[in-house]
Amino acid sequence: MITAGIDCGAKYTKAVILEDGQIVSRSLALTGFDQSEAVKQALEKALNDAGISRNQVTAVGGTGSGIRLISDTDVEVNDVKAIAAAANLFFPNSHTVADVGAEHGRAAKVDEAGNVVDFAINEKCAAGTGAFIEAMARALETPLEQIGALALTSDKSIPMNAQCTIFAESEVVGLIHAGTPKADISKAIHDAIASRIVSMIRRIGVNPDIVIVGGVAQNPGFLDAVRRELGVDHLFVPDQPEYAAAVGAAVVAAKEGK
Amino acid sequence: MAEEKPEFWRWQESNWVNPEIDWTKAEFITVGIDVGSVSSQAVIMADGEVYAYGNMRTGSDSPSSAENVLKFALDATNNMPRERINYAIGTGYGRVNIPFSDRTVTEIACHARGAHYIYGNQVRTVLDVGGQDIKVIRCDDKGKVTNFLMNDKCAAGTGRGMEVFADLLSVPIGAVGDRSFEIGAEPRPVSSMCVVYAKSEATGLLRKGWKVNEVLAAYCSAMSERIYFLLERVGVEAEFAVTGGLAKNRGVIDRLKKRIGMEPMKTKWDTQIAGAVGAALFGYALCRKGKGRHR
Repeated sequence: MITAGIDCGAKYTKAVILEDGQIVSRSLALTGFDQSEAVKQALEKALNDAGISRNQVTAVGGTGSGIRLISDTDVEVNDVKAIAAAANLFFPNSHTVADVGAEHGRAAKVDEAGNVVDFAINEKCAAGTGAFIEAMARALETPLEQIGALALTSDKSIPMNAQCTIFAESEVVGLIHAGTPKADISKAIHDAIASRIVSMIRRIGVNPDIVIVGGVAQNPGFLDAVRRELGVDHLFVPDQPEYAAAVGAAVVAAKEGK
Repeated sequence: MAEEKPEFWRWQESNWVNPEIDWTKAEFITVGIDVGSVSSQAVIMADGEVYAYGNMRTGSDSPSSAENVLKFALDATNNMPRERINYAIGTGYGRVNIPFSDRTVTEIACHARGAHYIYGNQVRTVLDVGGQDIKVIRCDDKGKVTNFLMNDKCAAGTGRGMEVFADLLSVPIGAVGDRSFEIGAEPRPVSSMCVVYAKSEATGLLRKGWKVNEVLAAYCSAMSERIYFLLERVGVEAEFAVTGGLAKNRGVIDRLKKRIGMEPMKTKWDTQIAGAVGAALFGYALCRKGKGRHR
């Protein structure tokens, strides 16, 4: 059976084509201000890349903050349910999954079948989301793609006082003025966001194996900070973790679609 | 040469002196220094009356900000030497790092005491909206704190949040209040609490064709909501007074006063100096107990 999953996120819209539990294609579009256009683009491109036509697709599952406005989906998949299903597909032994995107953080406790047992969500505050790292990268004048790797070169621990992104910006500027090396500031930034995510994971309980997904899971500095903060040896991160919610939506569509 | 971007958040720094006070005749000169996260004030008092003050933006470190703002206040005086100071008290976020202060007092106590001086002894509820925090303080007729609540974790509802918006919309911060009323119907408030998200929401509204003034109104309205909920938790008892920089923004205050159904007290003083006034008054009380520096 072929299904599609679309995740209309705050920053990017992701589409995935899934055939019998295998990912056949992925595609990405900037969400911008026109969500339905982004969804259309991402889905068309994913279908083209896979060489599959729309009517071969049994069901389209939609998830993400922007999806409610979209009529193009058959199954509306709750965000937490989507990441739980994805974690279960990628790592069947996983029991905790955390998803960190541009404007949200989520953690879910997952059972053997990939169902959600418990969850925690933050979509009110930018601390603990990709927006936080983006703002800090701007303050540090370091490209977003490099800031995580930069953190790995530091072994200093500078605690950040501010939790709020706006206040943390001023704090970072203060650290720059005080002559603190960029690598040390970068590590402080990643430690700060990791502590937000880990406190969310702790709220639902630390149940190995722990899976991290979402766009921020591409950031090695973030993953290292989460691993240290949790005190675990290994985190499970799928290939191209930013597509996880879309994959989960496709998995759920396969189960629940007509 | 890099092009200079106008700084819309930048508010007017100022210093002031009361020409009717002769410092040479004062028994005790006390100083209050309030080093906040965004602004710093120095108030010079002659026997418990405000003689001079300075109000400026906080620099990159507390010691030099305290030093600069004291100099700024001294500049306004009639050549009063700093050696004449009998007691100096530091308060605010940077209070522990003020080199010349004799002791520190928390900003909660100082704001209550300062509001009591500025607004008179009828004040029972003080709302202080500063650069990085919101305080709601209940006090008695002596200006003594009876209860308080503070938010210093989140920029929503603080002056810093307003600065970010002034910059985003390219509106000078001093004009935000008036411009937020130059609209047709009152728009619904910005729905995001977080300033980071409110910024993207505002950008989206502009793209939808909202006017800048309407977005300002929506943000001022959201900010007054946020402050209202904090006030509600402590309870507002009359008289109600507002201190801090945001007291100057009628976009937020006029909307807030509608919400609570109470008129805030009025004053001729700069509302930003309340904390430093309180600190200087604590210094004056100590001097009268014989704890001042020798002349």
